[in-house]
Amino acid sequence: MIDINYILPELFISISLMFILLIGVFKKNSSLLVYNLTMISLFILIILLINLRSLPSNSFFGSSYLIDELSNYMKTITVASGIFVLLTSSKYIKSINIFKIEYPVLILSSMLGMMVMISSNDLIVFYMGLELQSLALYVLASFNRENLLSSESGLKYFVLSALSSGILLYGCSLVYGFSGSTNFNLIADNIINTENGLTFGIVFILVGLAFKISAVPFHMWAPDVYEGSPTSVTIFFAILPKIAALTVIIRFLYVPFLNVIEQWQMIIIFLSIASMIFGAVAAIGQNNLKRLVAYSSIGHMGYALAGISTGSNQGIQSSIIYISIYLIMNVAFFSCLFMLRRNDKYFEKIEDLSGISKNHPILSLCFLITLFSLAGIPPLAGFFAKFYIFLAVIEKQMYFLAIIGLLSTVIAAFYYLRIIKIMYFDDAKQKYDVDHHLGLKLSLIISTIIILLYFMYPGSLVEIINKINLI
Amino acid sequence: MFEIGLGHYLTLGAIIFTIGIAGIFLNRKNIIVILMSIELILLAVNINLVSFSIYLNDIGGQIFTLFILAVAAAEAAIGLAIIVVYFRNAGTIRVEEINNLKG
Repeated sequence: MIDINYILPELFISISLMFILLIGVFKKNSSLLVYNLTMISLFILIILLINLRSLPSNSFFGSSYLIDELSNYMKTITVASGIFVLLTSSKYIKSINIFKIEYPVLILSSMLGMMVMISSNDLIVFYMGLELQSLALYVLASFNRENLLSSESGLKYFVLSALSSGILLYGCSLVYGFSGSTNFNLIADNIINTENGLTFGIVFILVGLAFKISAVPFHMWAPDVYEGSPTSVTIFFAILPKIAALTVIIRFLYVPFLNVIEQWQMIIIFLSIASMIFGAVAAIGQNNLKRLVAYSSIGHMGYALAGISTGSNQGIQSSIIYISIYLIMNVAFFSCLFMLRRNDKYFEKIEDLSGISKNHPILSLCFLITLFSLAGIPPLAGFFAKFYIFLAVIEKQMYFLAIIGLLSTVIAAFYYLRIIKIMYFDDAKQKYDVDHHLGLKLSLIISTIIILLYFMYPGSLVEIINKINLI
Repeated sequence: MFEIGLGHYLTLGAIIFTIGIAGIFLNRKNIIVILMSIELILLAVNINLVSFSIYLNDIGGQIFTLFILAVAAAEAAIGLAIIVVYFRNAGTIRVEEINNLKG
């Protein structure tokens, strides 16, 4: 018998999703109601997920669905960042006229897909979760449908993401064929080291997953999609799918394929090095902040992959810490971006930031802290994230990877510092509006405080994550 | 006469998969062709899964195929809708002219 408490979060989110959709359809002008209901259901969801921590790990449906420490933690941060995404962007989506009932519903359904992905322990379940997430994301990217750039970014994301899903599926079929099962545990029991088809399968699946987290050389969609889609969707893209895809990479590599680590370790190291270098170098010439954040997220994914490539528990834990801190930094970054508003028009160029420290000292201070943290300057949270990664990498004697990572941190610091220079030392422009809504202020303050004061209590996060043991 | 075995089916799947990938990258004209290529890729996967399923005598692969068919239909629907939205804004769906975002 299945203990329903374990899958209560998924049940709750699917039921509330359908319920909210029905309300939106049958009640006229219900955008605000739907939005508020979505917020409420997300808050209930996070309570349900935290409640789940007390239960021991378990698997369901023929061990194809797994609830353990990893899935609980990742789901919690997924839902938390979903709340932040909705909090920060409520005014923005009103001002560009995408405040419609479909918007929160699509966000909820893609989050359901992510939760299924995070918990999956079977190729079929994993694929269904991935597709539920992607199908909602295609629509979200092109949500501002009167806008040429938004619809183009949706089109590009659709084509490339569907291609990557196809490649991933081909890998799934090979893994199924050469191991005889779609269940991760059974694959682990059945694999034979020398099977070429299996190696091909792993490579194909990794290509598909690298696409989802936009690791080089499968990153080409990211800058275009980030720039073209509405900023509220860009923040969603920058955070949530990466959490889910990273969890799947961890589970996929460490549950079925831990014994053939020599076959995938070099691939992950290559992806990691390429992403770190490319993310650092390509962002230098950028003018658009959304494009810049795309390149910086490519670089950050490189660091997270470096943790995964180590093949140790410590490496996985450092990656998970990295992604948690990365999401907080991104929330802070985008909250600052949402504050660059004048007469209902939003600005996203770097030169729009010129001299804002004169008119908006607090905003520019928050931005400064966020950028320093993204660059990895101590004692901010971003430094600790990189520190744990390098610690895990050096522990495994992978010095080359650590050196490349450090060098690309230095290169990446250049473009973050350039923004700071423009903010503090260039000529001031017109003032921006200051009447921001509470949610935006709140998320900026919370995320900045976490970034700033993380060094005082680093143990609390580490303690939670130390419980995640896959090996 | 030789018998048609697993290898032949896998070769067929690999060929169709390659045609699909090549169709996406070589196509310079119409975005609808890209949609068709994506369908080809998914069908190649289906051929693979069904032949593996028969070969392994395991029903899992065929169940997977049914899921893929359903998802492929949904994906095609959303893809066409996005193409229509794009066409309304840009007035064209020629692949080489989809270049408003770059940098």
